[in-house]
Order: sequence, then C-alpha cells, then structure tokens
Amino acid sequence: MKEIILKTNSITKYFHDPVEFKVLNEIYFEVYKGEFLTVIGKSGCGKSTLLYILSTMDTAFEGELFIDNQNISRWKQDKLAALRNEKIGFVFQFHYLLGEFSCLKNVMIPALRLGKLPYDVIEEKAYQKLELLGLKDQALKPSSKLSGGQQQRVAVARALINDPLIIMGDEPTGNLDSMNTQNIFTIFKELTQEFGQTIIAVTHDQDFAKASDRTIEMHDGKIINQDYKFI
Amino acid sequence: MKYSVNSEVSYTYIISNKRLTLIAALGVTLGIAIFIFMNSMMAGFDKSSADAFFKSIPHIRIYKEDVISKPISETNGKSIPIIINPKVVPSNNTIDNPKEIIQLLKNQKEVAFVTPQLTVGIFFNNAKTQISGRAIGILPEEANQMFNMESYVVEGSINNLKNNLNGILLGSGVASKMNVKEGDNISITSSVGMTKVMKIIGIFQTNNSVVDKSTAYINIAYAQQLLKKNAQYITDINVNIKDFNNAKAFAPELAQLTNYNAEDWETANETYMAATRMRAIIIRFVSVSILIVAGFGIYNILNMTVMQKINDIAILKAIGFNGRDVIKIFVGQALIIGLIGIVFGVLFASIMVTVLQNYYVGGDIGYFPIYFKIGNFLKGILFGFAVTFLAGFIPARKAANIDPVAIFRK
Repeated sequence: MKEIILKTNSITKYFHDPVEFKVLNEIYFEVYKGEFLTVIGKSGCGKSTLLYILSTMDTAFEGELFIDNQNISRWKQDKLAALRNEKIGFVFQFHYLLGEFSCLKNVMIPALRLGKLPYDVIEEKAYQKLELLGLKDQALKPSSKLSGGQQQRVAVARALINDPLIIMGDEPTGNLDSMNTQNIFTIFKELTQEFGQTIIAVTHDQDFAKASDRTIEMHDGKIINQDYKFI
Repeated sequence: MKYSVNSEVSYTYIISNKRLTLIAALGVTLGIAIFIFMNSMMAGFDKSSADAFFKSIPHIRIYKEDVISKPISETNGKSIPIIINPKVVPSNNTIDNPKEIIQLLKNQKEVAFVTPQLTVGIFFNNAKTQISGRAIGILPEEANQMFNMESYVVEGSINNLKNNLNGILLGSGVASKMNVKEGDNISITSSVGMTKVMKIIGIFQTNNSVVDKSTAYINIAYAQQLLKKNAQYITDINVNIKDFNNAKAFAPELAQLTNYNAEDWETANETYMAATRMRAIIIRFVSVSILIVAGFGIYNILNMTVMQKINDIAILKAIGFNGRDVIKIFVGQALIIGLIGIVFGVLFASIMVTVLQNYYVGGDIGYFPIYFKIGNFLKGILFGFAVTFLAGFIPARKAANIDPVAIFRK
C-alpha cells in the first residue's frame, strides 16, 4: 500500500513576459512516500518551473497541488512559508548559502526558524548533518570561503536539518565530482529507504536519474513519460 | 532577551557590513546631537530671558483696570440721539482692602509669593536738571525675595532701603545723568506736586537701559506719601506662582477670585512672546529637518543592503521565513543602527552642552545660555527611533515583497 505524499491536479502555468507562453500544460502526477523521484527533460521543457510550483514558492498557476493530503493551492504566503520550513527541504541550483554566516549557522537557520528544539540540540544536529556530508571540519568557516561543490553539500545538509517530508533539488549534484555525487546519492537513498523521506530532484545527470526509484520525463511543458525506463 | 533567529540575522548583517553601519550611524549621531543641542539652546534662551524678565516683572500682576463711563440709556436709532462724553472712571486706581486680597492670594495652592507695589510718576531734580521717571514703592524684603534684587544692585545694598524709610535705590542711568552716587541726596517731585529729598542708599543696574535710565525703588509707605494717599493705597499686587509657564492659564482664575484684572507676564509682553514663538518654530524646523536628512541616510544604506542581499532574502524565504520575518530582520538592522547613532548622539550632545555651559560670553548674559533639559533628550531619542524605524521599514517592506522564484530563475 503506497501512501501519496504529493499530488498535482492539472497544473498549468503561463509566462506572460515577453509574450504569453504556456510553460506547463496540464501536469498530472503523484509522488509516494519514501520515493526517490527524478525529473529529466531538455532545457526549457519546464522542469525547473514545475519544481518551483511544487516547492510552494510559485503560486501563480492554474490547477491544484496537494502536499501531505492538503490542498495548498489557495494558501496564503505566510502559511506556505511555515509549511516549507517544516516539511520541505531545498537544494537549489547556484543559489545556496547565506555568505556572511558560517556553514554551521547556515545549516542551523531553518531549525532555528522552526524553533521546536533548543539551540544546543540544533547545533549538535547540524554538526551531525555536516559530518554526514564530510564537512565537519569546515563547520565554522564563513560559507562564502568554500568551493562551489562544498557549498552545495552544505546546502544539502541544510535541506536535511528539519527532517522534512520532501526534499527537493534543482540539479542537487550539478557542481559535484563523481565521488561526492555518489555520496549524496547514497544519503538520498538511505533517507528514502530508512526514514521514509521523499526526494524529488530535477537533473541532467543520466546516471543519477537511472539509479533513482522512478523518473519522469518532460517535454514542452508536458509529462511524456511517468515511468521512464533507461535503455 | 529571548533568542530570535531574526535578530541574529540582523546582527550578522550589521557586523559584516561595519563600514556602512558606521556611516549610517554617524548620520543619526549628528542628527540627534544637533537636534538635542538646538533644543537645549532654545531652552537656555527661554530660561535666560525668563530670568531677565522676572527681575522686574512678576508672573502675574493684579491691578484695577480703568473703566470708561457708559451712557445711562442706549440709543436705539428711533429715539433722539444723546450726546455723551465717555471718561475714565474712577480716576483712582487703588485696590480696595489690599490686605484681605493679599491674604486670599497667599492661600491659593498654586501661588508661591505675593507682594504689593505702588508706582508713582516722578521727576528727579538736580538744580536745573529735571528728568522724568517713576518710583516704584515696594516692601524691600518681599520685593527682594520676588525679584532677587540683590543680584543687580551694584552699589550699596537693598537692605539699606528697609532700614532707611527715606532711602532710594536709583537706576544706574539716572545716577549718572544726575551725577550722584551712593550716600548723596536727591530731590524728587511727584505727579501731584509733592517734593521730597531722599537719600541714595544704592544703585542698581539691570542692563535694560530703559529701566536703568528712569526707575528708582523706594519704600511703599513713602510712595503713598508722595501721592498724598493713605497707607491702604496700592495700585498693583505682584504674584509669583510655582511654575511661571502656567501663568497664562492661571491668571483668569486669580482675576475671578479677586475681582480685579490679572495680567500674566506672557500677555504683558506679547511682542516678545511672538518673537520667542517664531524662534521656537525656526529651531524646531531646522532640527527636525536635520533628523529627517539622517533618516534618508539610513534609508539609502538599507535600500542598498536590501539590493545586495536580494539573494539571501530569496534563500531565507525559500527555507521558510515569511514576509514579517524579513521585515523584522531589516527593521531590526535599522534599529540597531539607530541605537548606536542615538547613544553617540546623546553623548555628543551632552559634551556640546557641557562645553558651552562653561563658555563665558560676558555682558548681561554671562555664561552661554544653554540648559540641560531631560525632556529634550527624551524627545531626541524618541524622534531618533521614529525616524530610524520609518527609514528601515520602507526598504524592509520592499524586501518582504521579493519573489524568490524571480531571483532563483536568473
């Protein structure tokens, strides 16, 4: 019995600038709890746009979005922010960290915002997450002093801090060498299998997609294959 | 203080941008310092001129107003016109039963001090020289308490007036014109033709040349004799109240109580008060403008910070900070800048006030008239916070409305 964690109902989105353009065309799909889902497709097929809608940051769309059995399509911004804080973790492409804070602080901030745990517990937890990603020795450095790949791994650690239901990534391994890609992949696998967390990742990396549980292929704003098989 | 991640973020931005913070804080410092300084100066001017005023006039003067006679019957257009000849009645300005009235005034809670006074128009004679002036009849001890006359007696002493019924305390201008000094005799003639020879027991100088060149103080009993009146005859009762700023509000009450006219010092010096009000408006206008300029400085710098931090704001919103949190972060930053600015501004203003307080200008003024007034400091602090809050709020609101998706897409 598979439990649905995220579901879209006919999501359609237009860009109005410079000319009206239908980026997403009636997207229907479901994501199950504990699933490691990847989305592939050519540049401009709308996969990043879809991810921003799923992330609840982009609310200008038609159709409905269900997260954790709640229809969040008409929710107010503040409520969505609270939802993101607690239930969703992000790893974005190129925009990772707050440059003036230490890596440790960057990882801690979502948990501090949530405010459910005392400060020292959060700190301890953040150290664990950084250790998981092999960055414990960098914890107190300002995040702007780190390399792109290291920053991306800190961003992954930050996405994990609140133990979210869903972790979303836009090219989460885009900047990493094969060893670190493998490392993150292993972590993601473990999270889905052992802790029942769900991963949705947009990627260009065929190998990364191939090893995930399921791959959705998009083309020109449509899902052309819900269960893509690599040949 | 309760830990808040928002204030930690504001604090980190402040620390990592020390130079900008310092420049913005410096703007507030100058604004606050000048605001407080100018208001202290205004308070000082007001205090010094009030002090100068109350050397010769009381807070409230009670006297009998001249009344113009009215015709017995009014003309209404139909009847035959009546030719009338209005005159001032009665011709004498005495206050009836002064002792009871003085006692009544003394019983008022607001009233601090009461003393009678009688002014006589006189001529000072010295051989052929004759100058007109006025002799003010006083009870020396009480008048000294009210006007602090000792402070401007330059020769002799006010106490001699008390001991010498025949004594006269002469204005310095009169003394030099008549070529007399302490210990000499002077002959004066009153408006009713009474001539007396008086002994000069002292000379005073108020630095108000009109007063110095025309006025002399004598015992009230002697003034009554000069006017050929009895010992009940007085024209004015001088009243000092606890706070001279309340004089205007309190005067009508005294008028009603005594049934005589009560004129407060502000009404009596309307021209001067108008000038004071004008000065106050100018100083307020200038000092508030300076604060607003400081506010623009903060606004500018915060606006710049928001533009620099646009990426951070997008990340913060993505990880679950809402619009209110973002506003708190940037308003918090503005308030920290404001606080630094205000602390140094208050310090700076205190130094300026202290230095000027000890600066001797000389002349009538003495030390520079500037005055520590806690209200001015509080006002400066309050205004400072209001301006920094506003200057922070506008860019903060802009930051709160940033759409993270638009930033991530770039």
